[in-house]
Amino acid sequence: MVRKSIGLMALAAGLFCSLIAQTGWAQSSDNWTDIKARAEGQTLYWNAWGGSERINNYISWVGKELWDQYGITLIHVKVTDTADIVSRVLAEKTAGKDSNGSVDLVWINGENFASMKKNGLLFGPFTQNLPNYALVDVDNKATTTVDFMVPVGGMEAPWGMAKFNFIYDSARVKSTPNSITELLAWSEKHPGSFTYPSPPDFLGSTFLKQALLELAADPTILRAKVRKSTTFESATAPLWAYLDKLHPNLWRSGTQFPVSSAAQQQLLDDGEVNIQLSFNPGSASSLIKSGELSPNVRTFVFEKGTIGNTHFVAIPYNSSSKEAAMVAADFLMSPKAQARKQDPEYWGDDTVLAIDKLSAADQKTFAAIELGVATLSPQELGPTLLEPHPSWMERIEKEWLKRYGQ
Amino acid sequence: MRDQAHTKQSLNHGRTTGFLWSDALGWLFSLRSMPVLTLLAFLGPVLAGLISTLLPAFGYLPVIGGEELSFKPWAELFSHPALPQALFNTLTSGLAATVISLILAIGFVSAWQGTKSFQRVRTILAPILAIPHSALAIGLAFLIAPSGWIARLVSPWATGWETPPDVAIIHDPNGLSLILGLVIKETPYLLLMMIAALDQNEANQRLCLARTLGYKPVAAWIKAVLPVIYRQIRLPIFAVLAFSLSVVDVALILGPTAPPTLSILVLRWFYDPDLSYRTLAAAGAVLQLLVVIGSISMWRLGEVVLSNISKQWLVNGRRDLFEGLVSALSKWVMKLIITAFFGSFAVILVWSFTRRWRYPDALPSVWSTQSWGSNLYNLFWSGGTTLAVGLASSVIAIALVVACLENEKRRGKTAGTGALWLLYLPLMIPQVSFLFGVQIVTIRLGIDSSWLSMIWSHLLFVLPYVFLSLSDPYRCQDDRYVGIALSLGASPARAFWRVRLPMLLRPLLFALAVGFAVSVAQYLPTLFAGGGRFSTLTTEAVNMAASGNRRVVGVYALLQALLPLLAFSAALGLPAFIFRNRRSLRGI
Repeated sequence: MVRKSIGLMALAAGLFCSLIAQTGWAQSSDNWTDIKARAEGQTLYWNAWGGSERINNYISWVGKELWDQYGITLIHVKVTDTADIVSRVLAEKTAGKDSNGSVDLVWINGENFASMKKNGLLFGPFTQNLPNYALVDVDNKATTTVDFMVPVGGMEAPWGMAKFNFIYDSARVKSTPNSITELLAWSEKHPGSFTYPSPPDFLGSTFLKQALLELAADPTILRAKVRKSTTFESATAPLWAYLDKLHPNLWRSGTQFPVSSAAQQQLLDDGEVNIQLSFNPGSASSLIKSGELSPNVRTFVFEKGTIGNTHFVAIPYNSSSKEAAMVAADFLMSPKAQARKQDPEYWGDDTVLAIDKLSAADQKTFAAIELGVATLSPQELGPTLLEPHPSWMERIEKEWLKRYGQ
Repeated sequence: MRDQAHTKQSLNHGRTTGFLWSDALGWLFSLRSMPVLTLLAFLGPVLAGLISTLLPAFGYLPVIGGEELSFKPWAELFSHPALPQALFNTLTSGLAATVISLILAIGFVSAWQGTKSFQRVRTILAPILAIPHSALAIGLAFLIAPSGWIARLVSPWATGWETPPDVAIIHDPNGLSLILGLVIKETPYLLLMMIAALDQNEANQRLCLARTLGYKPVAAWIKAVLPVIYRQIRLPIFAVLAFSLSVVDVALILGPTAPPTLSILVLRWFYDPDLSYRTLAAAGAVLQLLVVIGSISMWRLGEVVLSNISKQWLVNGRRDLFEGLVSALSKWVMKLIITAFFGSFAVILVWSFTRRWRYPDALPSVWSTQSWGSNLYNLFWSGGTTLAVGLASSVIAIALVVACLENEKRRGKTAGTGALWLLYLPLMIPQVSFLFGVQIVTIRLGIDSSWLSMIWSHLLFVLPYVFLSLSDPYRCQDDRYVGIALSLGASPARAFWRVRLPMLLRPLLFALAVGFAVSVAQYLPTLFAGGGRFSTLTTEAVNMAASGNRRVVGVYALLQALLPLLAFSAALGLPAFIFRNRRSLRGI
């Protein structure tokens, strides 16, 4: 274990140095006032998942703040699947478009980050230049520095914390399952009232990962890159056996899956299903507030913990508004932006900041946020499980498509 | 700028090669060049796009190391587990939608032509044509889903459904809801195309003759009129067939998901972060084209067979053809289509003002304008882009079409059917088969994600429709008006601007509205040419339709439907106002 992590660190450090040498940027102009000055007047195309109205509204608010404070014009390019952006930047690189790229900032994590980093599509490291990065809770929130087992290395700035959880309608569900195996028993008793979005939707993928982590004979092998097909087959065999048993009891008997996480939310609201997946412990409360879900919905998690991760923003290598992108990334980590983000009134997404590093006034702001009736306390949320290495997910998604007919 | 430079250059060298230059320039800016320029502006990208799709389909994609031609992508394509079912879904939904729409349109026209209800239906159907496919599909989904408005209206008192029934109505594996969505949109189109063809073919005389010989309405129409007008509606039928086989936005909203239709599958492969999927996607896109070509050829073959079989039957002298059944059924189905249309429109409207609407309530329990208010900024942007691109592309299309048609008039020649086929080409080649190629071409030219590429790509689809709606009125205009102006001493240009165009104001505005409506509806061209930087009401609505917040989707779909409707009302209302003291030009 120790040797492995030293290896990882060495790898990260190596990458770090080589990237600095490559760009030559980080040493020469790390003066924050300089960056802010150059950011003024730039137009920032932020490609971010646009499937949630509340998040879109939050991003519009960010746009207003960036304009008022820094003179940056923010344009939110709404994306349905972040993989499209990887594909787009890659297409631009192959067409030789090394400047004036169409994407300046991207909301990203996991496999997409791994893919962009691997293919040299990212600018950075840059987070060490951002003043607010010092406030990030890197000690207790390990996923802010290791994204799905891939070292972040300053190539993306943490934006929010996510933890896998379930939203259920307490008017229709009396007792909630406590583990992935109990979930199977529950759905056998209540056929047709559970489903998950089909991968590659991130919630669908996360559900598969959660099941894999709980069912695998040896979860530790999931942390390393999967190299051999035999390893993959033996490690995932329990998962497929589980899904084969689960699917006949799902909504539409598992022949059809909701296409997105939000489609699944509509199903819960319409009473077609009784449990919905979520990656945001505060979302149930905010959805009650916006009228999108019934006041009866509550949240539950599994006893032995659920998957947690961090989502980030990164800057493509060919952006022509890198300064504006850095200013935006810094603003997103500011106590003001993070507090608004944590408030279920606006979003309800957990902060990446260490509260004890903040000023007294900012601490008060965070303490005053009402988390809402359906939000679990940090203690109730239970332990956080680490994501498997992204190479697992790539294979699982393909295998899932092959097995379940997409 | 460049033109100026050219002019200067030609002046400098005037003595030696001058006449060549001025000839070329003169030709370039003359009316005579317009048909050629129009075709180039229009077919160039399609062909370039097709080639850029064809090469990767055979493994040639240097950026990922594919430098040799091979059949590997095809082998991969045909061994893909989802392909057989996807191909089956594509063929069944595309063919079924076309056949059903055609039968419905023929049934209705044959049974009801010349009656008052026919006139009424004709006016009601026009707005169905105007609103984008995707807006209608969204409304239909809100209407017929297990938790849709229809289920809410009859539950639980009549059905006992305390919770929505667990059946796949939209996204159903057989593509039935996709077929329904297409039929609602395509039947009116074919119907109006038939009506247009009727006006040109002395159909009424033939019909009268058949009726005086004792043929009942349906038999008279099908035996005496249909064989004559079929030639005119063949191209529209092929366009419907090609569209139904390769549609993307409607299939995303209503179509099957496991597996989806071929076009969606291809789209997914093109967007896979793993670049090696690109060649597979290209092969799929070529297969999509082959599917369309194959289906059109099959249809053509079917025509020949059917006309041979029916030769005897046409002259067997029987005077009736299921008269009562056809007239009752077609009227009933047409009412259903119209109800579905207005229902879709209404449910979009209701959802856009909803805050809380729980199943199985018949109406929202809490209303609000929050979905409008909180999206105002974005509505402004995407609505503005929709408006700008729609107006620009349809105005350019009008200018090109008028130039071509005026050239025809002055030279006394009319473009043949060959030109008409060329015009229909972008409507028949599946969008996924060449738009990816177009994207690569625009990146190479450095004009990707710009207004230029946006407007140009819309123009490809706007131009054919503008031409189709303007050519007849333009060609039919009585040339003696212009002749009189010329004989009174006006120059040809003056006669054109002061006599020809004002008299054609009504068809010009109508063609403009048609072009605008076509532009508003474009999903895939906006996605590719806009490079993600441009969003229109349609891309927003379709992208959000997948996300499921019906309130916001309702807002976008409603605006998306309203813009073309407004354009059409303006196109009809303006001439009535401007020509309020010119009765024969008013048109209403």
